[in-house]
Amino acid sequence: MSILHTVNKSPFEKSSLESCLKYVKANSAILLIEDAVYAALQGTEIGERLGSAASEVRLFVLGPDLRARGLVDKPLIETIEVVDYEGFVELAAQYDKVQAWL
Amino acid sequence: MQGMICGFLGASPWELRAFGTMKFVLQINEGPYQHQASDTAYQFAKAALATGHEVMRVFFFHDGVNNGSRLTTPPQDDRNIVQRWSEMAQQHGVDLVLCIAAAQRRGVVDTDGKQRLEKDADNLAPGFRISGLGQLIEGIVLADRLMVFGD
Amino acid sequence: MEKKLLYLNRRAPYGGIYAQESLEVVLIGAAFDQDVSLLFIDDGVLQLKKGQDTTGVGMKNFSPTFGALEMYDVEKLYVSRESMAARAINERDLVVGVTVLNDAEIADLMDEQDAVLSF
Repeated sequence: MSILHTVNKSPFEKSSLESCLKYVKANSAILLIEDAVYAALQGTEIGERLGSAASEVRLFVLGPDLRARGLVDKPLIETIEVVDYEGFVELAAQYDKVQAWL
Repeated sequence: MQGMICGFLGASPWELRAFGTMKFVLQINEGPYQHQASDTAYQFAKAALATGHEVMRVFFFHDGVNNGSRLTTPPQDDRNIVQRWSEMAQQHGVDLVLCIAAAQRRGVVDTDGKQRLEKDADNLAPGFRISGLGQLIEGIVLADRLMVFGD
Repeated sequence: MEKKLLYLNRRAPYGGIYAQESLEVVLIGAAFDQDVSLLFIDDGVLQLKKGQDTTGVGMKNFSPTFGALEMYDVEKLYVSRESMAARAINERDLVVGVTVLNDAEIADLMDEQDAVLSF
């Protein structure tokens, strides 16, 4: 089964993203939402780990949450795709199930 | 095997899956304003409805039951979380359910509960109903996708 | 057709209500005869620590509920070996019998599920 993993907490606050990365399998995807969008920025301490996961797993970040936090002027990890809420819905439909890492 | 066939047809296995209309059930674990959970869930639900999907039920658990309080008065220049859920229920028939055990614990009460629990008030917002956890499980059994929003 | 439901527990008990209230979902959910598994990873493994005495903090000790799960036919309890080791606890410290899994096995377990309830 393919899983859309959602992560909503900042990787600098909680280890949820780190935990997610331990279990995520190939052909699944990770969507960063809410405070987790900070992990999408290029050059952060977690950026490398996230970037290397991208070889097997698709990475997405919720645009409205990036914009809300004033991050649109910062470069993102190369392999990450920005989606809006409709894109979020599409991803939820596309993957077999959604697993929330709170 | 599936990969071979799909490769032959020139499409990825994921593209061949027929998504169609999805039935979503949402679980919200946090109260209004304190965390973004209720906001994200609302925006997701709104987008799902706008793109032709069904939001079968939104189940509020833990502090999420506070999304169903009729007594909130947020500042005028900010979103009214409770009201916009009520409006979504009214306009789209979305079933908004508060977990009865969680609601009782946190003081969100309907007219029935006011009587049963011998309270001097009830405070359930329009469009919401209070019911058992079975409604969450039933929703999961009947829906195509469970979405959980929390902290 | 029954679905495979996974209850994902990642938080410690008592610091928040998530552990306690999620058990209520498990008990009520048991009546729906689905294929239920409980997974404890990260701080979730701490929910199962035996010998919890909450008299000093004035809170209800809900850990006996784990022992009652069997009566509800909820028997698949999985715990992360790595999460326990990181927290210096082991299988013998737990209040019920569990199946200990490594990270790869946990990933496989997650893969098999139809829906995941997170708290």
